[in-house]
Amino acid sequence: MREHFLKELEILKMMFLQMGEKVQEVICKAVESLKEQNLEKARWAIQLDDEVDKLEREIENKCMSLIALQQPIAKDLRRIGAILKGITDMERIGDYGVNIAKITLSIGNEKLIKPLIDIPKMATIIETMLQNSIESFMKEDIHMAKKTAEIDEAVDHLYKDIYEELHNILSQNPMGANQATSLLLVARYLERIADHTVNICERTIFMVTGDRVEIN
Amino acid sequence: MEIKIKVENLTFYYGNFKALDNISIDIEDRKITALIGPSGCGKSTFIRTLNRMNDLIAGTKVEGTILLDGKDIMKNEIDAVELRKRVGLVFQKPNPFPKSIYENVVYGPKRHGIKNKAQLDEIVEKSLQGAALWDEVKDKLHGSALALSGGQQQRLCIARCLAMQPEVLLMDEPTSALDPIATMKIEELFETLKKNYAIVIVTHSMQQAGRISDNTGFFLNGELVEFGQTDILFTKPRDKRTEDYITGRFG
Repeated sequence: MREHFLKELEILKMMFLQMGEKVQEVICKAVESLKEQNLEKARWAIQLDDEVDKLEREIENKCMSLIALQQPIAKDLRRIGAILKGITDMERIGDYGVNIAKITLSIGNEKLIKPLIDIPKMATIIETMLQNSIESFMKEDIHMAKKTAEIDEAVDHLYKDIYEELHNILSQNPMGANQATSLLLVARYLERIADHTVNICERTIFMVTGDRVEIN
Repeated sequence: MEIKIKVENLTFYYGNFKALDNISIDIEDRKITALIGPSGCGKSTFIRTLNRMNDLIAGTKVEGTILLDGKDIMKNEIDAVELRKRVGLVFQKPNPFPKSIYENVVYGPKRHGIKNKAQLDEIVEKSLQGAALWDEVKDKLHGSALALSGGQQQRLCIARCLAMQPEVLLMDEPTSALDPIATMKIEELFETLKKNYAIVIVTHSMQQAGRISDNTGFFLNGELVEFGQTDILFTKPRDKRTEDYITGRFG
């Protein structure tokens, strides 16, 4: 048995999990900061993303050395490949979180043009998707990965609703154009985050089965 | 895809011990076929059946057919010496004769009756060039083969094989006794050789199988567990036993 290699692989998976948890925290804090107009929380989310970036580099380095030193093949290679690609998705998700937090900062304490209902709803779904995509990866559970990816459709619907609502506000209330555009961007970022979690799910399926799937 | 050797339902016994169990495999011409598997799994026994080297061991029994260009080599009327000329074997450890480089290469052709000096000279140059050794030894052809490095000795053994103008080259762990540079030279040599020969190589190095072969077979306990395109076998093996072996989850 390649005890040493298996141990290293386990460490790598734990680092991936840790990065996933950090990214979830960034998104959670960023959306909360917007909802509560809490500038302090927004700054916190931005800072947290630095840790995500640091973890990404560490995981990438570890993947590279495992490939160089242990020559993984078959499922082991797919595991490392899935992690290498997965961290790029997670890093991107973290960046979207930062973008949302920056919007919180730009809106500042200005009164919101409308109560936020659909955006937090969308965020809740996305947080679950993100959580489940990482969990399905860790457990190598392809059923869970598939189910998680399928939720993306609900996110797309919500995005469409938000888009139409904000579009109406934009045409009827030019004074609120700035905020409406910002909130539209937030919805767009959330929709993109969901797409990246779908990538993670698809890659989990490839890691386990060796088959390429495209969900949605 | 041109099949050079077609093995069908081959079973092989050492006394009562079944060393190979119902093996069927197609060896493609001008391709490299790698055989992998743990020690004692039957892969060396298998390649030795391909030129009937096992005939030399007492108490062995073979069942099944081995077709070389469609002709069964297991039939009694097949001349084993003639067969080994067509299907050459290179061993794990370089085993040059304690003679000059020149004499090593012409040993086989001479025994097969070639005496013409000019013809032998030509065989020597062609074979050594074929084994990528000519440039290194052309000025010392009459020096002792034992003075060569391990990697050079192994290439000399390959040249000795080529001198018989074979059609198939069998290699039983040909680089396991060599350093990485000599190994790399031999691996590069295979790339050239496969343009003219069907090559079957037994190797303990999975990385080597991955680097050089077109097809790979995985043997376990005398059984051919899985056989297929190398890139697929190493990325998406069908059998769990193959996956466990190649990823080191065995034993």
